[in-house]
Amino acid sequence: MTAAPAIGADAQTEVPLKRRLRRAERTRQVKALALVLPLLVFLLFTFAGPIAGMLWRAVDDREVRQVLPQTIAALASWDGRDLPDEKAYAALAGDVLAARASGTIAIAAKRLNYALNGFRTILTSTARNLKAAPEPGTAKETLGKINPAWRERVTWTTIKDAGGPITSFYLLAALDLTRNVDGAIVAAPPDQAIYRGLFARTFIISLSVTALCLILGFPVAYLLATLPPGRSNLLMIFVLLPFWTSLLVRTCAWIVLLQSKGVVNDSLHWLGIIDEPLRLIYNRFGVCVAMTHVLLPFMILPLYSSMRAISPAYMRAAASLGAPPLTAFLRIYLPQTLPGVGAGSLLVFILALGYYITPALVGGAADQMISYFIALYTTETANWGLASALGAVLLLATILLALVYGRLVQGQQVTGGMKN
Amino acid sequence: MSDNSSLRTPSQRIAWAATIVISTLVFIFLIAPILAIMPLSFSAGSYLTYPLPGLSLRWYDDFITSPRWMNSLRNSVIIGVASTALSMVLGTLAALGLAQWKSRFKPLVLAFVLSPVVVPGVITAVGLYFFFAPIGLTGSYLGLILAHTALATPFVVITVGATLQSFDTNLARAAASLGASPLEAFRRVILPLILPGLASGALFAFATSFDEVVIVLFMAGPEQRTLPREMFSGIRENISPTITAAAVILTTVSVILLATMEGLRRRNERLKGGG
Repeated sequence: MTAAPAIGADAQTEVPLKRRLRRAERTRQVKALALVLPLLVFLLFTFAGPIAGMLWRAVDDREVRQVLPQTIAALASWDGRDLPDEKAYAALAGDVLAARASGTIAIAAKRLNYALNGFRTILTSTARNLKAAPEPGTAKETLGKINPAWRERVTWTTIKDAGGPITSFYLLAALDLTRNVDGAIVAAPPDQAIYRGLFARTFIISLSVTALCLILGFPVAYLLATLPPGRSNLLMIFVLLPFWTSLLVRTCAWIVLLQSKGVVNDSLHWLGIIDEPLRLIYNRFGVCVAMTHVLLPFMILPLYSSMRAISPAYMRAAASLGAPPLTAFLRIYLPQTLPGVGAGSLLVFILALGYYITPALVGGAADQMISYFIALYTTETANWGLASALGAVLLLATILLALVYGRLVQGQQVTGGMKN
Repeated sequence: MSDNSSLRTPSQRIAWAATIVISTLVFIFLIAPILAIMPLSFSAGSYLTYPLPGLSLRWYDDFITSPRWMNSLRNSVIIGVASTALSMVLGTLAALGLAQWKSRFKPLVLAFVLSPVVVPGVITAVGLYFFFAPIGLTGSYLGLILAHTALATPFVVITVGATLQSFDTNLARAAASLGASPLEAFRRVILPLILPGLASGALFAFATSFDEVVIVLFMAGPEQRTLPREMFSGIRENISPTITAAAVILTTVSVILLATMEGLRRRNERLKGGG
């Protein structure tokens, strides 16, 4: 066979064949996407949508607007410098009367009280004492008589700020910031400034737990990676069994062990080391111990898989070139484990940041982390705006760290940090 | 030890000995709490202390005869099985699709699909609480099943996806060239080969739902309380030995899941080694 006719044949069919291939490939791609689509739609409904809804609540601010619509409309043109004009007072009087009739005044009172302590009293006392709509031109005087707060500018700027429909109030509050009477962002009053401390505490606990996991996990991962596979698989049970054991069982176990009449205290007493039981739980120590226990496998597994991938030839080469063992370890082995160290530490840190159950059960009041307050504000005090704002900050931190994590484990096995 | 022949210097031997000692202590730290709680469930007394006053099965009897505990066990199984089934369908389809899909958006889609694992439980729970309450899905089995499916599906996508990665697509092509329809090729060639992956995905999904408590805490009505949820309130009030019995039952389930998982892994390795 000569080459010439073959080339000619190729030249004739090249274009349609390419197009056919492209079309076939496109159909394949559409089919592939169609397989993923059900899950995407499902997650939109059960995951992304709900979280987007929560984020929306962090800036949504329509409660006051719904209860005091005329007041908000009247304040729209107010520049906030002096007291608002008679029109705004009359609008407020009308809104308060209407809200009292419909029983919605408490909704606005609650929201305004978040922004200005004592606003609940101002609004309810006004609602109680305002018998009828004031005569035209006397609204300012009437309201001022009922409650002198209406003669103060801050009362009105608070209403205007809370007029929505969206607000930065909750997000600022989550960072211990607030707006002053002139609308500038300033530090929140000390009695309300608790959230930066809370974030700091959450970070410190997560960081301590991560450090403990790394210190305890590194030698274990090294041992498991160095032993022959048969023996290391056997020892792996010690890591995997706790991993698969229910979180509640493990937390419960620590309470049984660490409580004042628990196994640890009893043993120490029996050994004559202590006379009085040590306080090992419902404090920071208990939280760190239990969380380290829960998260340690998440450190050991990525470390193990990164160490398994290190060829022993490097260490032998280092030794043959005259490196003392410690130097070889520090300069050859350790740097190669760093991706595993980074992945494991980030994973543990990310998981620790969002922890709720363990601190809630084994921590004291001073050991509760950010998740606890999000839950508290959602179910107990129904301050949904603040709960959502704290959630937004936590979510942002998690996403940023997860992006770094994604970068780190790129190229490594995707399942490195997962069970199995 | 064959791998220790290279440990010649005394300092190396000391370092290795230290590794073994520390690791042993860490293994004890990991396993001791789980072991310590078990005998207490067989105690004849009602205090959670050693030495045991005597052996008895009264706390298991208490568990089995208590409608509250049995109801929670039933709920855990119902919700676990249902969300496993749903997440298997959604996750397997998605893993098959993702294995074939080529696009620069793929990492983004993958990150989105896996994100329920990383997002703190409280955030998902609060979001679902706000979202499901107005449409009547809080305090319902359906709501919990949907929520647990969302949490469990990423594990299915990961495990099934990992199996597909090692799957030789030429086998599917061979089936097609021999005249099998895509469905038949999937059923008779692909499915048997990825079955271990599917099984471990299902185990993960079930374990995720069976252990989940934060979402249940926010969304379950009194009727839907699961075993971890009952344990949570039990631990809060005071730990009775019945909770240790529940803990032993839960741990037994974990051991069964883990053993099945190990079996699957070994089988997989054998197949790979043999092939």
